[in-house]
Amino acid sequence: MFAFAIRRIVQAMLVMLVISILGFSIKQSVGDPIRELTGISVSETEREALRQQLGLNDPFLVQWARFVKNAVHGDLGNSFYFKRPAMEVILSKAPATLELVFVASIIVIVFSVPIGIYAAVKPTSWLSRICMGASIVGVSIPVFLTAILLIYVFSVQLGWLPAYGRGELVEIFPGWQSGLVTTDGLLHLILPSIALSSIMLPLFIRLIRAEMKEVLEAEYIKFARAKGLRERRILLVHAFKNTLLPVITVGGVQLGTMIAFTILTETVFNWQGMGSMFIESINRADTSLTVAYMVFVGFVFVVVNTVVDLIYGVVNPMVRIAGRK
Amino acid sequence: MRRFPLLLLAAMLLAVSPAMAAPKVLRLALDADPVSMDPHVQLSGGMLQYSHLVFDPLVRWTQDMQFEPRLAEKWERIDDLTMRFHLRHGVKFHSGNELTAEDVVWTLNRLLRSTDFKGLFDGFSAKAVDKYTVDISTREPYGLLLNMATYIFPMDSKFYTGTDEKGKPKDAIVKTDWSFANEHESGTGPFTVALREPGQKWILKRFADYWDKNSGNIDEIILTPIPEDATRVAALLAGDVDFISPVPPQDYDRIDNAKDAKLITMDGTRVITLQANMKRRPEFQDVRVRTALNLAINNEGIVKRIMKGRAKAAGQNSPEGYAGHNPALTPRYDLEKAKALMKEAGYEKGFTVSMIAPNNRYVNDEKIAEAVVGMLAKIGIKVELKTMPKAQYWDQFDAQVADIQMIGWHSDTEDSANFFEYLNMCPNKETGKGQYNSANYCNPKVDELTMAANKETDLEKRAKMLQEVETILYNDAAFIPLHWQMLSWACSPKLKNADKIVNVMNFPYFGDLIME
Repeated sequence: MFAFAIRRIVQAMLVMLVISILGFSIKQSVGDPIRELTGISVSETEREALRQQLGLNDPFLVQWARFVKNAVHGDLGNSFYFKRPAMEVILSKAPATLELVFVASIIVIVFSVPIGIYAAVKPTSWLSRICMGASIVGVSIPVFLTAILLIYVFSVQLGWLPAYGRGELVEIFPGWQSGLVTTDGLLHLILPSIALSSIMLPLFIRLIRAEMKEVLEAEYIKFARAKGLRERRILLVHAFKNTLLPVITVGGVQLGTMIAFTILTETVFNWQGMGSMFIESINRADTSLTVAYMVFVGFVFVVVNTVVDLIYGVVNPMVRIAGRK
Repeated sequence: MRRFPLLLLAAMLLAVSPAMAAPKVLRLALDADPVSMDPHVQLSGGMLQYSHLVFDPLVRWTQDMQFEPRLAEKWERIDDLTMRFHLRHGVKFHSGNELTAEDVVWTLNRLLRSTDFKGLFDGFSAKAVDKYTVDISTREPYGLLLNMATYIFPMDSKFYTGTDEKGKPKDAIVKTDWSFANEHESGTGPFTVALREPGQKWILKRFADYWDKNSGNIDEIILTPIPEDATRVAALLAGDVDFISPVPPQDYDRIDNAKDAKLITMDGTRVITLQANMKRRPEFQDVRVRTALNLAINNEGIVKRIMKGRAKAAGQNSPEGYAGHNPALTPRYDLEKAKALMKEAGYEKGFTVSMIAPNNRYVNDEKIAEAVVGMLAKIGIKVELKTMPKAQYWDQFDAQVADIQMIGWHSDTEDSANFFEYLNMCPNKETGKGQYNSANYCNPKVDELTMAANKETDLEKRAKMLQEVETILYNDAAFIPLHWQMLSWACSPKLKNADKIVNVMNFPYFGDLIME
């Protein structure tokens, strides 16, 4: 197990290095930060002086080496727009995104498990047909359209729920402004989290249903039935447990996708999280923040995947044994 | 149905905040929040809007483009170079210090150090005559001294003097890092910054000692940046905010028809133009070809179809109300004549050119560019168009990568000469004139008249000169004017005088706003 872990971690570090090169090379084409930092009537000489001062005239490799050196020490540079360390900006935006992803995940889990199992057990019932049909529709509508529709119906037309923002926040511990503990904050969470889960929920329903169906055909389920176990126990303990393995794998990968989809959801709902911050940083050519965010998200991805790999190794020893050869 | 949840929300808000004589809170949503608390860090519309909230200028523009006394009660010209300003007595900064002539001198000196403002204030100097009198002079006679005084927002020199907790001078102007002035303010304006979370939320509180007791009644402003157009409009229509700016043109009708929202529009002063590069294309050196470009493009059509009537077709740089505006120079559109001119110039078969335009800088910029492509095709000019986000556009524009380039311009001085200096004068790296003249049009007469106009302090004579420049540019078809963008705001009807506080500079004077 130890060797397996070491191997995975070394791989992860290599991936991080590649991500930083990629992120850094994209930065060159995002735009010119100096333009965004100065008024349009500022002379080229002044602009050049500023560019020199910020080290933007240095060769690519010099800039990259400087970035990596600082990044290893935990310094991802200063955001041009926020005029603060990029890491500080990203972390201050993280709670918003994490709370949104958290609530959306709960919605996904709470709905996908029972619906998925039900649809697998009773594939011909009209209810599971409706659910399956709806899930096709759900997975095909882009998340920003879902979001705008939700705003239009529930905020503009009916006036039931707020259209944008996070509402009233309370600092639950230093640096974490939470909307989960106030009524207003929770009201603000409803629409964005539904919009965000609209992509994942159908996927998970279908995944659980498919896996479950396969497992229900397996010999040991027939054996369990033959033994006369209660149906409930067969479904939840014997069958469902075995569908979990692929669901965990996909879940780990999809968590990353979910973070990507927060960009759209957050933009539409003006949710002040990392996603909208990232889009804004591109629009403003705040390249230092763009790169810092890419490296940060890359880091999170790599850590999540490594951890999922390691858990996988624990749950299913065959993975690490196969790897040892 | 609609009212119930609002009542619920109101009840909840009341439960949270201790019940006082309900403070007037303005919930304001803009496309972006100011980038700093230091008014000198960047010259941009957003920062000037901020300056009017937290600081006060010496004088300011009224809605009909007159000067209105603010911190300067009156002023007089004492010679060709100097204007004397008499400051209002007893004006307090947010820190409690009193405004004196020294603060004005200090502020002007700081402007001269600011990357963004030093160009505008080149040659300016200030001298305190006594505690409440200050002389502002220019190196050469300058007819726009008073226009520039609208950009002088006195800062609290005592407050910004010394070193901060990091050992740096408090008056440093820093664009990309922490600085005292980026995070603290002490102005004389109607509001103080109570809370600032960049890109997220600002809370501005009414300054109790504000000198102008006859201004508006807003106690608190909650400013939220909402970059997404659709979300900003939805927030207003849902009653979550009270005032939004800008309003996307596709939603004008929707807001006009909505019961709980009011649309305010005003003819703007930003002109959208195209420049045909004569250095890259010898064809454009022929005035007949340039005129043909002007004749082939249907400005009125673009305004009607693409801008939905919410713009004004332009035949020159200067909008109405500017000194250089010449009413005779109307948009020209005559396809037959354009074809004839092309034939006369020997380009009957036409030619192929490249063109670039931004796609998120001006209202409908990309669609306008596409329309131009179609219109020029009719006189045989095949255009290869490339559009890009503004973050990438200006480098390309400067490098003059295409034969036709789009640029919009708003005059920082609210005066015609500014258009000519940046867009039409001969490009000159040393003087910085013609910085955005990618047409490379160069006419010594234009340069001469513009520079002479700037030195002319007789405003009537000056206007004549500027109008002559517009006429020359028109006859030379030096550039292709398209239209002046309209400005737009939308608000809840409970804001009583919202249409009175807005202006063509797009600096709404929220200090004067009255809420029911």
